[in-house]
Amino acid sequence: MTAAEKAKAPPIDVPRDGPDLTGDKLAAALEATWMRPPGLIGWLSSVDHKDIGRRYIITALTFLALAGALAVAMRMQLSKPDNDLIGAARYDEIFTMHGTTMMFLFAVPVMQGMQIYLTPLMVGTRNMAFPRLTAFSYYMYLAGGCLLWVSFILNMGPDVGWFAYPPLSGPQYGVGKGPDVWAQMITFTEVAGLAVAVTLVATILKQRAPGMTLARMPLFVWTTLVVSLMVIFALPSVALASGMLLSDRLVGTQFFNPAERGDALLWQHLFWFFGHPEVYIIFLPATGFLSEIIPTFCRRSIFGYPIIVMSVVATAILAFGLWVHHMFATGLPRIGYSFYTAASMSVSIPTGLQLFCWIATIWQGRPRFEVPFLYVIAFIFTFVIGGLSGVIIAAVPLDLQLHDTYFIVAHLHYVLIGGAVFPLLGAITYWYPKFTGRMLSDALGKIAFWLIFLGFQLAFFPMHLSGLLGMPRRVYTYPAGMGLELPNMLSSIGSLVVSAAVLLFVLNMLLSLKAGRIAPPNPWAAPSLEWATTSPPPPYNFPHIPVVESRTPLWDSPETLPVVHGLRVEHRELLLTSVLAAGPETREPSAEPSPWPFISAAAVTVMFISSMFSPWAVLIGAVPATIALIAWFWPKSALPHPEPVIS
Amino acid sequence: MSSGFQTALGGEALESSNFLTLFIVFLIVSAVMYLLIVAALMLGLWRGRSSDEPLTVEAGRHHATNPMFRPALIGWTALVLVGLVALTIGSFFTDRSNASVARNPQLTLKIVAHQWWWDVQYTTHEASNAVRTANEIHLPVGVPAEITLESDNVIHSLWIPNLAGKQDLIPGRVTDIQLLPRKVGTYRGQCAEFCGVQHAHMALDVTVQSKADFERWVAAQQRVAFAPTTPLQIAGYRYVTTHECSSCHSIAGTTANGQVAPDLTHFASRRSIAAGTMPMSTGNLYGWVADPQSQKPGNHMPTMGLSPTELHAVVAYLEVLK
Repeated sequence: MTAAEKAKAPPIDVPRDGPDLTGDKLAAALEATWMRPPGLIGWLSSVDHKDIGRRYIITALTFLALAGALAVAMRMQLSKPDNDLIGAARYDEIFTMHGTTMMFLFAVPVMQGMQIYLTPLMVGTRNMAFPRLTAFSYYMYLAGGCLLWVSFILNMGPDVGWFAYPPLSGPQYGVGKGPDVWAQMITFTEVAGLAVAVTLVATILKQRAPGMTLARMPLFVWTTLVVSLMVIFALPSVALASGMLLSDRLVGTQFFNPAERGDALLWQHLFWFFGHPEVYIIFLPATGFLSEIIPTFCRRSIFGYPIIVMSVVATAILAFGLWVHHMFATGLPRIGYSFYTAASMSVSIPTGLQLFCWIATIWQGRPRFEVPFLYVIAFIFTFVIGGLSGVIIAAVPLDLQLHDTYFIVAHLHYVLIGGAVFPLLGAITYWYPKFTGRMLSDALGKIAFWLIFLGFQLAFFPMHLSGLLGMPRRVYTYPAGMGLELPNMLSSIGSLVVSAAVLLFVLNMLLSLKAGRIAPPNPWAAPSLEWATTSPPPPYNFPHIPVVESRTPLWDSPETLPVVHGLRVEHRELLLTSVLAAGPETREPSAEPSPWPFISAAAVTVMFISSMFSPWAVLIGAVPATIALIAWFWPKSALPHPEPVIS
Repeated sequence: MSSGFQTALGGEALESSNFLTLFIVFLIVSAVMYLLIVAALMLGLWRGRSSDEPLTVEAGRHHATNPMFRPALIGWTALVLVGLVALTIGSFFTDRSNASVARNPQLTLKIVAHQWWWDVQYTTHEASNAVRTANEIHLPVGVPAEITLESDNVIHSLWIPNLAGKQDLIPGRVTDIQLLPRKVGTYRGQCAEFCGVQHAHMALDVTVQSKADFERWVAAQQRVAFAPTTPLQIAGYRYVTTHECSSCHSIAGTTANGQVAPDLTHFASRRSIAAGTMPMSTGNLYGWVADPQSQKPGNHMPTMGLSPTELHAVVAYLEVLK
């Protein structure tokens, strides 16, 4: 070794995990390093991905409950014709809030919450890349959600639909602050969503356990990677659109005003260029849940791993070529529509391939009918109906009749509830022991399952018929005599059953926190890394970083997982590995807890909200935000610096 | 089940009957695919439970794969592909068939959408005896008609499901839709794009009639409004033409010449009031004129606070406008 190399060589006197430092002694040392500080400040400073993921999930489920309550209110209004339970103006606010909350505050954040919690555990690392950015994203998301709901409670919520088409949402017709609140909520959630996406991509590409090549990554991590890349490409489109809408409304630009040579349709292109991929940003993580749950409960590796990966990638790419199928009635050139018909239909090829692989796995394994697996079966029964009705509405001559009717309402709930919420409920049941250290009650879980599965069909299947019988969407009432009485009554009854089931599910989550059976590290005898650590995992996730030699590590080395040694224990340190082969590269310091992400988010929140009232707020509000960001990034010491791995 | 005046299952025109045919084809294909998938799932669940040699981790064979799944996968992909190609082709040719109506329309109309009503002009006739009405269209059976669609406010969508699919009305753009009605009947259309607080009450009555009946209707529409005869009607006429009514509504043959609300020249001959909000009847007319804001909250017709005498008179006059 030359003198220069010696100088660069890492100090050997720092404590590192290894054969000499293991077991309880190591656990205590790591605990001291990775624990978040105590108290409220500590809580706000936490950069632990498990804290942040859990907060995301709980907040998103709260928004699910709120938006679900609105759905029940709408169903009560629509239970009979010419009903006057809810007035027109209030109803418009309610369906706007329902759609906006479900799409922006529940579906995407809950999936990202699951991804934040699970990804570092599944890839075998101690924390996310850029953990402070992850923390910042949560506060931004929370602020955006609160902005929307506080406005609604103060009776100034948006009432222009979750899609906010101008000119209805523009300065002339969108009176009040509602559309500004809507557009600014979009800004909040887009900032949060983009922040999470980049941290996930970095975590997955650079922090996988040694040996976890791309081809050995759990399929949920694959969907997370693909979906995060989709977020990076799709969200800027809606952020741009909502920014243009705000500027039309607040500073007098005319992007969407046809009277001043703006274009009302421009919005629809920008919105749906985001809006269609959004659906897959919600759906693909759910397929990731399925690809984790099915092997565990069928007791074998997934069939067709590379086919599933290629299907996920293909779906993601196709998703960006479909947006015009939301615009078949706008009078764009008719022949051009054929392209979007063909593209929309072709999504069923990768989806059909995934279905084949799941069923083939079930076929060759030995299924155990535990609650998470029941949700897989419910998914197939339900989602396939939504997929097939999607093929129906991809055809222009059919869509022109069915577009903007209750047939679409049925379709979108079949794909979003059947396709994403059922797998999510299965996933929550599956990972609940990992999150909390307790098992969910099996009996309550099964009752809730049957209620939600059957209640869902009762609520949403009749909507296909309502749509065919001439019921448009977004109407607060409908006349008697069109044959709509029965299907609407059935839907309303179904909605009550679904809400009872969701309440039961949540009740099960709350009760089992205290009363649930204590969960061992791997209660389902599952094959992936998150089950290699305790339930719930310690703040540092793994005492030693595991080494991966197959796609199902816990099944292939059941005795003890091979591990690598040598990470510092007195400082937060991660192991970075190469992108493709996951060969060890460097040890990288990981950020300490800090209150500054929270303070920065608060400063940006003040700036965003006040900018709805004066454009000058952007300029003035940038000052505290900048100060907070400087404090956040203030270099504290030169050490510890990244070190190459000694092998 | 349905009384059928506003349903996509009616099939009373070229496009809507094309819809029915194509929809049934798609439905059959979808049902077959669904049953196939569900059958495969059920069989898989049953086999997995009963099989003696499962390829499981407990058996130490969790990475093994039954060789029959490779050809099955290829077969499945081919089936999906063939199905999709067939449906796409079916969809394309149906669309071409629908578009064929556009080649030689014999009747042209223009509809301008407002919040929340439809302004209808028949443009086939010369301007001197053009027909202008609101919230209703009449079409002769078997005659291809083209409707030009405009909006000067927000986006609306014209949907008469018994006749055809939707077409949006977008400010700053002119769109059009072609209809070829094949059956005499009375139907209902409705706005299908959320357009504000009274989106739910933006309907229009559609009458498809024989050519002779249609010509009679056109002739009747080309007349100016009937004159009031009884003292009550005359009092109503005075009120309507000298008070707020006339600043928004127009009645041909009188001084009422407002341009922002529905034309009332032949108001009483229509089937409904306030863009399909309620059927035309004396009782509903009283309710509407007395307090439009309670009948259709948020619409742009203010509640005037008419005295009972004025109300009687105005309703009596409006009923003259056949």
